[in-house]
Amino acid sequence: MVEITDVVCPLCGCVCDDIVVEVEDNEVKKVRGACAVGKSKLMGHGRIKSPAIRANGVLKDCSYDEAIKKAAEILAAARRPLLYGWSSTVCEATKVGVELAVEIGAVIDNTASVCHGPSVLAIQDVGLPSCTLGEVKNRASLVIYWGANPTSAHGNHMKRYSYISKGYFLPGGKKDKKLVVVDVRETKTAKMADRFIQVEPGKDYLFFSALRAILYGHEDVVPDDVGGVAKKELLELADMMKETPFGIIFFGMGVTQSRGRHNNIINAIQVTRAAHTHTKFNIMPMRGHYNVTGFNQVCTWETGFPFAVDLSRGFAWYNPGETAANDILWRKECDAALFIASDPVSHFPADSIRHLARIPVIQIDPFANPTTEFADVVIPTAVSGVEAEGSVYRMDGIPLRLRKLVDTDYPSDEEVLMRILEEVRAIRAKEGE
Amino acid sequence: MSELLIKNGVVYDPINGVKGEKKDICIRDGKVVEEVKNPKVIDAEGMVVMPGGVDIHAHIAGGKVNAGRLFRPEDGRRGLRPRTKVCMPESGYSVPNTFATGYRYARMGYTFVMEPAMPPLAARHTHEELIDIPILDNAAIPLIDNNWMTMEYVKSGDIDLLAAYIAWMIRATKGYGVKVVNPGGTEAWAWKKNCDLNDAVPYFDVTPAEIVRALAEANERFEMPHSIHVHGNMLGHPGNYEVTLKTYDLVKGITPYRDRPVMHATHTQFFSYGGTTWRDFESKARAIADYVNANEHVSIDIGSVIIGDTTTMTADGPMEYSLHQITGRKWTNHDVELETGSGITPFLYSGKVSVHTLQWAIGLELALLTKDPWKIALTSDHPNAGPFIGYPILISMLMSKRRRDESAKEMHSVIFDRAELPSIDREYSFYEIAIITRGMTARTLGLHEHGKGHLGVGADGDVAIYDISPEERDAGKIQKAFLNAKYTIKGGEIVVKDGEVVSAPPGRTFFVTPECESGLMDEMTAKLKEMFANYYSVSLANYPVQDAYVPNPYEIRAPWRS
Ligand code: SF4
Ligand SMILES: [Zn+2]
Repeated sequence: MVEITDVVCPLCGCVCDDIVVEVEDNEVKKVRGACAVGKSKLMGHGRIKSPAIRANGVLKDCSYDEAIKKAAEILAAARRPLLYGWSSTVCEATKVGVELAVEIGAVIDNTASVCHGPSVLAIQDVGLPSCTLGEVKNRASLVIYWGANPTSAHGNHMKRYSYISKGYFLPGGKKDKKLVVVDVRETKTAKMADRFIQVEPGKDYLFFSALRAILYGHEDVVPDDVGGVAKKELLELADMMKETPFGIIFFGMGVTQSRGRHNNIINAIQVTRAAHTHTKFNIMPMRGHYNVTGFNQVCTWETGFPFAVDLSRGFAWYNPGETAANDILWRKECDAALFIASDPVSHFPADSIRHLARIPVIQIDPFANPTTEFADVVIPTAVSGVEAEGSVYRMDGIPLRLRKLVDTDYPSDEEVLMRILEEVRAIRAKEGE
Repeated sequence: MSELLIKNGVVYDPINGVKGEKKDICIRDGKVVEEVKNPKVIDAEGMVVMPGGVDIHAHIAGGKVNAGRLFRPEDGRRGLRPRTKVCMPESGYSVPNTFATGYRYARMGYTFVMEPAMPPLAARHTHEELIDIPILDNAAIPLIDNNWMTMEYVKSGDIDLLAAYIAWMIRATKGYGVKVVNPGGTEAWAWKKNCDLNDAVPYFDVTPAEIVRALAEANERFEMPHSIHVHGNMLGHPGNYEVTLKTYDLVKGITPYRDRPVMHATHTQFFSYGGTTWRDFESKARAIADYVNANEHVSIDIGSVIIGDTTTMTADGPMEYSLHQITGRKWTNHDVELETGSGITPFLYSGKVSVHTLQWAIGLELALLTKDPWKIALTSDHPNAGPFIGYPILISMLMSKRRRDESAKEMHSVIFDRAELPSIDREYSFYEIAIITRGMTARTLGLHEHGKGHLGVGADGDVAIYDISPEERDAGKIQKAFLNAKYTIKGGEIVVKDGEVVSAPPGRTFFVTPECESGLMDEMTAKLKEMFANYYSVSLANYPVQDAYVPNPYEIRAPWRS
């Protein structure tokens, strides 16, 4: 039995890096310090056993060579290929992905497209006053979760970084802090809060506008009820925000994916700026997958743009609404798709999925999921953070390196992509002759 | 064995005292040698030949650069260029993608760039981007001034333990030295406050002045190739030149480990302001230049303004916030626990605005009023005063009084009242340009001992060949020649030909390993462990940059000075 300390969890955007794992017979036997979902990921579960190619409607096992060759043929022949996913794999894989996208003139996009994409658009409009999670731990006496429920989605978030953690200036931990939750329903997190504010669904924008008006000294324009919240409650929240020496808003998909989308986030950031005229105030998106941030980082430094990048013209063209994964699927432009480390079939709109049924689909993933049912080529890979190492970026942009805990025969995502890229180049070189 | 011979060029190699002599350069296996036998030949007849450019200060990689790219797609769209057989696609103007950064510098004849502000906690990010910047050799300087550990040791006066801490940090980040940015002020910014030079930092009970002095002393405990690299307090404030001069004075008397300054004061343009408000704002470049002329312990880079739109970014959080309040443009801030912070906001320098006109004049004045070019480097604090791609404009301005006069006429008339520039006649020679873009920068960084910035035997085969006559004084032709080198050679390989990138090999990352006595290191580490256990949000074990992030390393050891 070997104990491995300081293990980095490859599940959610918290990227906890203080997990302890016990390994015996090349298997993770025990996990300490991770939340329930993190633990289950580290312990491992049902895997895709073998590469496979679909023939006459059934996936038939094949060798890696055959699957990679088939994938390369599909991509090399495509006129409007899509490379999508990336949020649960390491940056090293993304880098090869960008190279492949450049080589075949693909659209490359990640799951932000359907979760925090609106946050990115908002940041491009107004910027983002933020900080690292350790700043929150050490200084934030007011923590606001907005449309986010960390108790279920980010199990260790409060304990490691926010309300429950002890910090340098807040040695008493939660005794020294106040927790506010704003949500459309009373979540588990809301039950822990010093103050829970229940907003009517779809009314976040109104609520932000009213709060912003109050923070800028225009409470007179605010009506008695805003989205189901009494003005008195809003005034009290504004006072809490003004009085804390350091406050933070964590916002989740409850805000990004409800009516108003990126406009909600622009407004939320403006609220933060309004509070910042009184005191130190910050805001941070609760990014879901452990490396959704990392894809956006790599894609930005390599292409100049964070997601939804169209490389069909030879240069990077970024225009969400035209160049995101769903845009080219809805328009039935896409004629081949590679999905890696994601499950679009569970998350994409019905029109997109209908189109997916008509085009060749390649899946690279350690695990089977509903997307597997649509895949014509399936290539199983090592689990990053368990069987392979690599770079990831935490929700606050802090880079960490996933560790390799056990050996495996599965190739890494990076390796598989590299082989596909080489194969594509070989096909093109031959065509060129 | 690969050999290259550059024949008949007019060579400017200041470190070796070569002032425009017709001279052949021989390169074998990437290094300059006495002679070659069977070389590939480049005929540089009538052209200017210099060592590869060495940029002492440009923000090209890391968290805040990328935050700048991410929130400015409008800038990204300004520099689109499709892929070629050897190049990845390019994007961006003030915040180019990593690939464009490498190609554009190489086209200008540069082969080394220093990334001058690496937040230690995010050092891995900086290195990941450096890996993706082709061609350029590089290094990065970690920010070590607002760190809680630093302030605690400054307070207790334990310079040796402070030295142990900076040694640990530089090693952990695979960094090059000690960077200071708004000492104390960035920590104060975590509470939305700021610090002047002699203000106490909230809760830490030390002053910025004490931090700067202590770091300079600690840095000289080692045989460090570079001095401390300082962005002081009150950047960008009218009247700040007095704080600037006091900051320089702080380190006077500290003995450097070798013949170099003890402080490199960066982007000095932003620190050379007179007046009390933006209304009576004026140039104090003369006062700064006088000080630099009279002293040996400080070197500066100009941080000269390039007119146009850019993206400002610095670890000086409060400064970026003030800028955002002035312009109302979008603003990103990212404070980093226990260490530093950063702010980013777009900015347009306009020749029609009096303040910008004066800023523009100040950078050039600094270069023209500092007598000894070995004390001054050409920079635009990329992208703060303008993107590096504007260097050829700055070079042409320094070399042509006529061009400066023509530009001044187009700008706000304040330039004739509150700046000295219009009355300065000095024109830089090619030799002096080679000093402020190669010789001085390599020497100040201590890189001349590691093959950079000169063409002596044993130096790296990094050469820039510009298609321009050594007699040429026409500013337009000068600018054009420096924007697109006829040839750039990196490590003996032709990477640019006729202004186009023809090969894009990976660059190397230079880093320093300060060597500290183990007793001191142990004592320091005990405290560091506490910091990690209680206050950092990452584990100590996961903190240091792993070797995987420096695939092409060049290590410089810095022994403890006994
Ligand atoms: S909170 Fe997230 S990163 Fe931490 S253990 Fe749970 S799943 Fe893993
Ligand atoms: Zn700078």
